[in-house]
Amino acid sequence: MRMVLPGGLDRSKLVLPILLLAAAVYVPVAVLLIPEGSPFALSVHSAGLFGKYLCYALLALALDLVWGYCGILSLGHGAFFALGGYAMGMYLMRQIGPRGVYGHPVLPDFMVFLNWQELPWYWYGFNHFPFAALMVLLVPGLLAFAFGWFAFRSRVTGVYLSIITQALTFALLLAFFRNDMGFGGNNGLTDFKEILGFELQAPGTRAALFAATALALALCYLLAAWVVSSKAGKVMTALRDAESRVRFLGYDVERYKLFAWTLSAMMAGLAGALYVPQVGIINPGEFAPAASIEAVIWVAVGGRGTLTGAVIGAVMVNFGKSWFTSAMPEFWLFALGGLFVLVTLYLPRGVLGLVSDLWSRAESHRRRRPDDVPQASP
Amino acid sequence: MESLLYLDGVTVSFDGFKALNGLSLVLQPGEMRAVIGPNGAGKTTMMDVITGKTRPQSGTVLFDGGTDLTKLRENDIATLGIGRKFQRPTVFEHLSVWDNLELALKAPRGPFSTLMWKAAAEHRARINEILAVIRLGDRRDRLAGGLSHGEKQWLEIGMLLAQEPRLLLVDEPVAGMTDAETEQTAALLRDVAETRSVVVVEHDMHFVRALGVKVTCLHEGSVLAEGSLDSVSANQQVIDVYLGR
Ligand SMILES: Nc1ncnc2c1ncn2[C@@H]1O[C@H](COP(=O)(O)OP(=O)(O)OP(=O)(O)O)[C@@H](O)[C@H]1O
Ligand SMILES: [Mg+2]
Repeated sequence: MRMVLPGGLDRSKLVLPILLLAAAVYVPVAVLLIPEGSPFALSVHSAGLFGKYLCYALLALALDLVWGYCGILSLGHGAFFALGGYAMGMYLMRQIGPRGVYGHPVLPDFMVFLNWQELPWYWYGFNHFPFAALMVLLVPGLLAFAFGWFAFRSRVTGVYLSIITQALTFALLLAFFRNDMGFGGNNGLTDFKEILGFELQAPGTRAALFAATALALALCYLLAAWVVSSKAGKVMTALRDAESRVRFLGYDVERYKLFAWTLSAMMAGLAGALYVPQVGIINPGEFAPAASIEAVIWVAVGGRGTLTGAVIGAVMVNFGKSWFTSAMPEFWLFALGGLFVLVTLYLPRGVLGLVSDLWSRAESHRRRRPDDVPQASP
Repeated sequence: MESLLYLDGVTVSFDGFKALNGLSLVLQPGEMRAVIGPNGAGKTTMMDVITGKTRPQSGTVLFDGGTDLTKLRENDIATLGIGRKFQRPTVFEHLSVWDNLELALKAPRGPFSTLMWKAAAEHRARINEILAVIRLGDRRDRLAGGLSHGEKQWLEIGMLLAQEPRLLLVDEPVAGMTDAETEQTAALLRDVAETRSVVVVEHDMHFVRALGVKVTCLHEGSVLAEGSLDSVSANQQVIDVYLGR
């Protein structure tokens, strides 16, 4: 019998969070305490890189919740990621205070440069961390809710829905490029100094940011795993496969989609917010349609509809990207495209599917236990 | 007695083609009705109208005395107590047999209720009971996608039972079944009909005879004949358009 945790969570769902927890402890220790020459030591740079991968993993997890379970292929999830990132970026900008190049007590440098006289109203409150943190979730959440409300109610599905998600992120890309939007135009927000009063470049801060990202990913993973293992998660799986049948059972399909979609957007926003202080910049490039499509590839590579696969895929592909872009940058896009084609043709269930196939093949070589009662219900 | 389902003058046209043409049909509470008719007669379209999938251009569709079904969405109609089995068996292939039944089980349908839902002893007992009726007890943990065609048909009937609907619409339940399975299905539907109203669409005349209920024959979107199977099958028009072919 498999062990089942309260709330129907399978014990195997604890593996990844435990690994992340271990990383959240190990990386800060390796960065701060282990002397540099030791093979167990880690540079601040690597910690930042890993932190970035985990942010991507969180975005992939969010995407898998809607794509893998509800069948909504979003080609615009980067928009929610970027909005969360901008909310965090606005906080970091306000933290600079009078230390900007122009030394203005309130206005960020780019506003002074554009001859703005006062802070636009939508920048109010972002000097307070709790407010900014709330906006990190609320802005992507509300946008997703409004978008989903109209799209799902009008029963836009499949390719059409994917296209309008792409249009959404493209529209935001164009908007955020504009200087008069008040988000720094194509330079975006950068030159951050501090977060919560800690110097952003300090190794301790970087290590803490990594730990925070690992923890956030672990918690979001558990939340997502709990959702998909609940009866609501089964409704989602069911509507992915046979939407109208779910309606005739009496479920309001739109409400389920809206729930998953909004939750997913908030997770993506959180991922973006954790990303920005670690990379030190947020600009409209994050809204680029290509960025959202890349996230889809991570999930496909790892294995859609498994949650774990999304995390593995994001880390693997980005690891490969870091290697490629330093070794032979001009080939990265070809490699990515080739990978996607390969996975779609030969690994429809992704890397995780391949591993579990190999595993069950090895398992069937062993003798099956006669008392191997499958479980689904007590 | 007040009728459970009341259709009057229902017309549905697809680009000018009338799939239903002034269809009228009245079903009493607890009644079982067999609907026959040639391909394209409008049988499935009639079910689409009752369940809210298709909106009629004109006509009245009332449930349980006064509820106007043409104004409601599919899921609201389902929660009123109208269950439907499709012509092609549609079960949730990536969920286990047990989960399929659990989703169908009569219980609150909102996302937050299902998020917090835990199967109580009575729910499990009910699912086990249904598993016994549809003879899928030993398959309960299998993915529904791995079932045979006949087993899927039965699972879908089981899901309808779990829904505890007041009105059951069953579209060609024995298509693709063996003779033995057909007999069992007829017996099962007769059992079901003791506590609720059922509309069965079927081409299989042996099956319809085994049901032994009032028959409605549709043709080109309206009722051609209605009555006992013997009187309907003796009707010359029915013989011409349907039985005689
Ligand atoms: N969505 C649709 N668009 C266009 N035409 C349709 C649509 N649905 C049904 N029809 C047409 O309406 C007519 C009635 O179809 P319906 O499926 O109700 O027939 P049926 O009596 O169930 O036939 P069968 O015994 O083959 O299942 C058919 O000619 C069909 O082609
Ligand atoms: Mg039909």
